[in-house]
Amino acid sequence: MATRFNIRMAGVGGQGVVTGSHILSTAVIHAGGESTIVPFYGSEKRMAPVESYVRVSDEPIYEIGEITFPHIIIIFHPQVITHGKSYTMPFYFGLKENGIALINNDGPMKLHRDQARELEERHAKLYYFPATKLSLEVAGMDLATNMALMGCIGAITGLTSVEALEQSVKDRFLGKGFVVSGGTAALDSVVERKFKKKQELIEKNVAVIRAGWNYAVDHGWAAPSVKRSEATESVTA
Amino acid sequence: MSEAQKTGPQSEPATSVSPAKAETKKDPHAAAKQQKVVTPEYMFLEAPRTKEFITGSEAAKEAIRRSNVDLAIAYPITPQSETMQLVGVLYGEGYVKEYYRGEEEVGVMAAIAGGSRAGVRCYTATAGPGTLRGLEGIASWPGHRLPVVAMFTCRVVNAPLAIQPDNIEVSYLLNCGMIVFHAENQQDMYDFTLAGFVISEKNDVTLPVGVCCDGFFVTHARGYVRMQDRDMKLPPREPWRGAVPVLDAENPPARLSRDAPVQKSNFMAYNIHAVWQQEVWAAVERSRKYINQYMGGLLTAENVEDAEAIIIASGSAAAQSREAVRICAEKGIKIGLIKVRSLRPFPTQELRKLCGKAKLIVVPEFNYVGWLAKEVATAIYGFSNAKIIGGPRVYGGQSMPVELIVDEVESGLTGKKSTNVAMSQVMGASAADHEAMGHFMRSI
Repeated sequence: MATRFNIRMAGVGGQGVVTGSHILSTAVIHAGGESTIVPFYGSEKRMAPVESYVRVSDEPIYEIGEITFPHIIIIFHPQVITHGKSYTMPFYFGLKENGIALINNDGPMKLHRDQARELEERHAKLYYFPATKLSLEVAGMDLATNMALMGCIGAITGLTSVEALEQSVKDRFLGKGFVVSGGTAALDSVVERKFKKKQELIEKNVAVIRAGWNYAVDHGWAAPSVKRSEATESVTA
Repeated sequence: MSEAQKTGPQSEPATSVSPAKAETKKDPHAAAKQQKVVTPEYMFLEAPRTKEFITGSEAAKEAIRRSNVDLAIAYPITPQSETMQLVGVLYGEGYVKEYYRGEEEVGVMAAIAGGSRAGVRCYTATAGPGTLRGLEGIASWPGHRLPVVAMFTCRVVNAPLAIQPDNIEVSYLLNCGMIVFHAENQQDMYDFTLAGFVISEKNDVTLPVGVCCDGFFVTHARGYVRMQDRDMKLPPREPWRGAVPVLDAENPPARLSRDAPVQKSNFMAYNIHAVWQQEVWAAVERSRKYINQYMGGLLTAENVEDAEAIIIASGSAAAQSREAVRICAEKGIKIGLIKVRSLRPFPTQELRKLCGKAKLIVVPEFNYVGWLAKEVATAIYGFSNAKIIGGPRVYGGQSMPVELIVDEVESGLTGKKSTNVAMSQVMGASAADHEAMGHFMRSI
């Protein structure tokens, strides 16, 4: 039987929802799996709703289009829930029975009682994960929030590894063929200025990914085969 | 050439002419000139292929690169795909001999007709509203017996304005008298386009081929495509092989009408037009053997022998159905999949053979009217006792959740009432009960 996760990621403009989904998708392929992504957003601006649909599997994927009934939803920003900044309302719409909601927040959120009841009825697993806090602690900036979430989800699905995630971060920031839009290119240069060298940028991002990965393992969210990842000697580009 | 040999217009020695530059400028057509003609049989069946990860538009471009196309005409407007823009790049590289932007789709389709009549290999692509605007011209191609390949990257055609995928426009093409293929993915876009030229130009066919796909899902998304080397191309069109003579513009008067009496309002006109239509549809029938030969059949069937339920789909619905089959199989349901590749001609005999034993047939579609379900029900009428569920259907650009298809299979087998498909769209022998009829009467 195929291991298959349909993941719906919802966040706001500038958080790297689409970049994060590219990195996860590429990392699953690097690890020998299959993956497709469908990004979905309106005009490109900060704090506007963004969704990205990622399918990961260990078998070929034929399905196309948006994901209506996800196994996993990832909420990049609490405002997706509190302000309804999402193309999908309520944020858990279509979540499968026993599905996972990975939410970037420092501790449990107070949900509306109807929403809490509906989530309970479908036996949803709510994982509150302080991704932005972790990014600030490990990398000294909040722009690696997406990396923390991708590390975390990588461990939850068990379809990739920290090494493969690292490789896809390198592909993304060192590769020549990656095409990004103007807004994303501007954000890239902000990130690059923050770190003196791309080398450091990659090391920090990978450190955040590893922290996210280990957070999932430590909290018992990870797939059974997944182990903690310890940093080896310095990362080389 | 040395400096001393240069002379001006009066044979006076030229002194102010700059020295001849060395031939350093690279010929942009160099690679195209190197292409070798191979037989269609070698191209489709024997030539080794390599896999690339490209968009549907790029797949169409790569097919055109190897198709020896003489004339491509583009009309760029939203909604479109990048295909014609990419074919313009091929023109720049010398793979396509002529290329220009038409004034709009009426003009494009008329110009394509002119090109094909003059005996050259023609290609164009359009989408959604453009297909319907060009439909007067498109519908005249079969009657004029014009070999052409046109790509339809289906989009919403109805008001209010939308540019999302929805394959309702295929239903308008089905009754033109042209050959119509429906591509599931990028690989099909590539294969059907290449094979389309060869099939359309066969003497006993001499008809246009429409290659349809669900726009955006296929044209703008990437998939794996296995392609032959780009150093080979199909043989050129040999217009003398066609069923009707090409336009001879060098010996006036050029007769624009195929047969003058057809246009006269007399007794003869009816008979001639009737015979002409019969011949067009007979030619559609005769294309079957070439579709079998070059494309491996009008449909593909997987696991249908012992299946209690069969999903029949075309285009992107077939891709969604593959996942539904996987999920149903994991639940222990004996299920098969039939993907219809060719809508005209329609695989009637093949479906009658394959669907004889099935209890349930589910036909998911990306349009409101369910044109494929009607085709399927008509084809297997009297040859199968299966309950036929005409759905689930999505339209206006919606994605089709695989779970909807799985629901129809499960509820169809257990007799549970479907929540997604109207009872008037449930057909077949075992569905003919009073409740269904009542629902039908209420819904008209």
